[in-house]
Amino acid sequence: MIDREQVLHVARLARLELGDDEIERMASELSGILDHVERIGELDLDGVEPTSHVVALENVLRPDQPRPSLSRERALEQAPDPADGGFRVPSPQA
Amino acid sequence: MTDELRELSAAGALRRIEAGDLSPDEVFDAHADAVAGERLNAFLWRAEPGSATGGGGLGGLPIAIKDLFCTEGIETTAGSRILEGYRPPYTATAVARLLDAGARVVGKTNMDEFAMGSSNENSGYGPVLNPWDEGRVPGGSSGGSAAAVAGRLAPWAIGTDTGGSIRQPASLCGIVGLKPTYGAISRYGMVAFASSLDQCGPLTRTVTDAAILLRALVGRDPCDSTSVGIPGGVELPAREDLTGIRFGVARDFSHHAEGVEPGVAATFERSLDVIARAGGEVVDVELPHAGHGISAYYVIAPAEASANLARYDGVRFGLRAAGDGDLLTMYERTRSTGFGAEVKRRIMLGTYALSSGYYDAYYGRAQRVRTRIVEDFAGAFESCDLIVTPTSPSVAFELGAKSADPLSMYLSDYFTVPMSLAGIPAISIPAGLAEPAGGGPQLPVGLQIAAPAFAESELLDAAHALEQAIEFDAAPPRGAGDG
Repeated sequence: MIDREQVLHVARLARLELGDDEIERMASELSGILDHVERIGELDLDGVEPTSHVVALENVLRPDQPRPSLSRERALEQAPDPADGGFRVPSPQA
Repeated sequence: MTDELRELSAAGALRRIEAGDLSPDEVFDAHADAVAGERLNAFLWRAEPGSATGGGGLGGLPIAIKDLFCTEGIETTAGSRILEGYRPPYTATAVARLLDAGARVVGKTNMDEFAMGSSNENSGYGPVLNPWDEGRVPGGSSGGSAAAVAGRLAPWAIGTDTGGSIRQPASLCGIVGLKPTYGAISRYGMVAFASSLDQCGPLTRTVTDAAILLRALVGRDPCDSTSVGIPGGVELPAREDLTGIRFGVARDFSHHAEGVEPGVAATFERSLDVIARAGGEVVDVELPHAGHGISAYYVIAPAEASANLARYDGVRFGLRAAGDGDLLTMYERTRSTGFGAEVKRRIMLGTYALSSGYYDAYYGRAQRVRTRIVEDFAGAFESCDLIVTPTSPSVAFELGAKSADPLSMYLSDYFTVPMSLAGIPAISIPAGLAEPAGGGPQLPVGLQIAAPAFAESELLDAAHALEQAIEFDAAPPRGAGDG
């Protein structure tokens, strides 16, 4: 079971602000999903290696040659608040 | 005349264009006109009729592109309000390859937000309707692409599949959908959901069309170091019977599994008969961990998503929610305003599974189950060439039927998730029609066929022969999606 406090802790880690109704719903929905997920707890997985990637690849290399990249103007085109050739954000301690 | 052009398969249109009795512009305009007036909400961006010209191997044919693919200068939303109005500065490799081959984009298709969903009801821009019955969902997350192809709004489309997002909507809309081997097609420019699982693939009306499109899409891309292409290339299917092919059926992971609708189970059994009649051999195999796929998937995919979606922070592109406050407040307000309920749920789930104290119990364990599933398939393929299952436990369900219960929605992907975790190719082809569990007019049922990694040519060849043997020729009511 996931309680209200855990939901608030995880929401803070995930940079999400949840309303009161969302917190209650999230607690019950996540608990239901995790109940199902926890069925893998029944499996004997001792000595089984984890898989993070399924295609056998190692050291995909390329020559380290400079090439054109996005121009500053292009990179800033979609920014919500560009200023002085950069991305403007609110102060971390407003 | 224009209605007739919309009935052509892509291969059929290409043949007539090549022979000189059809102009690519006529085909494009017939579809662009239909897209402009469609009422399925299948498209988020629509091309103007008469726009651009094309040629090359894909003959200037129109194609629908899931809105998960970046298209330079053309709005790309991934179905999310957080990307409303976003115009990418570059084009995804998969789309660029299609354009280079002479395809023309007729529209960008609606989808579940960030590809998270199995019904298209999680789109930030309203649900897509199923052309077979507009009161039902088209499946998801590539539901717009599937509805567009089934509804004759585009001859073919591309989508993406992370746990079933091409195969399940193809099944629910009565068309063909292929998830290639992980790494076959570049993911560069595909808005990331779960990077170790995401794969682009075709949605078409025939297996041959899927092969033609796949051939244009595959290849190694310096911009995606996990892309490898398909080493043996892609052959167009030519096989006429199934002689010598062994089809594996895992008893617990087939029509006998819990929650499979009676109509779907009966259709699957009929498909096994068709396989035998066409000369194929049906053999028993075991996939003891496949039933745990959903559990492993709903740890791994949300975990990867929680990291991938950290980039939507209101700084470099996309939405920034207005209001006072410090940087952290801006992040939280932007993400809470811009993301829908399902995306928030998955970010929460993934963040929880990766958080201190829970990592080993959830993420670590899920990755070990993934290993077991990979081993299950490797073992099964020692005694069979291909594995068949129903694609989806149900036919298309009614809008709203599962939206209040996330877990029941997740179980829609019961049969498709294990192949994604193992990275192997799988295709859904129409197997017939069946009545929904609650009664009502018959709806399409899909048959899933899976193959070992990079065996796409063999998979398509067998799927083509089976498609001929099944002789599925039903279509949604004529003009279903037309406004």
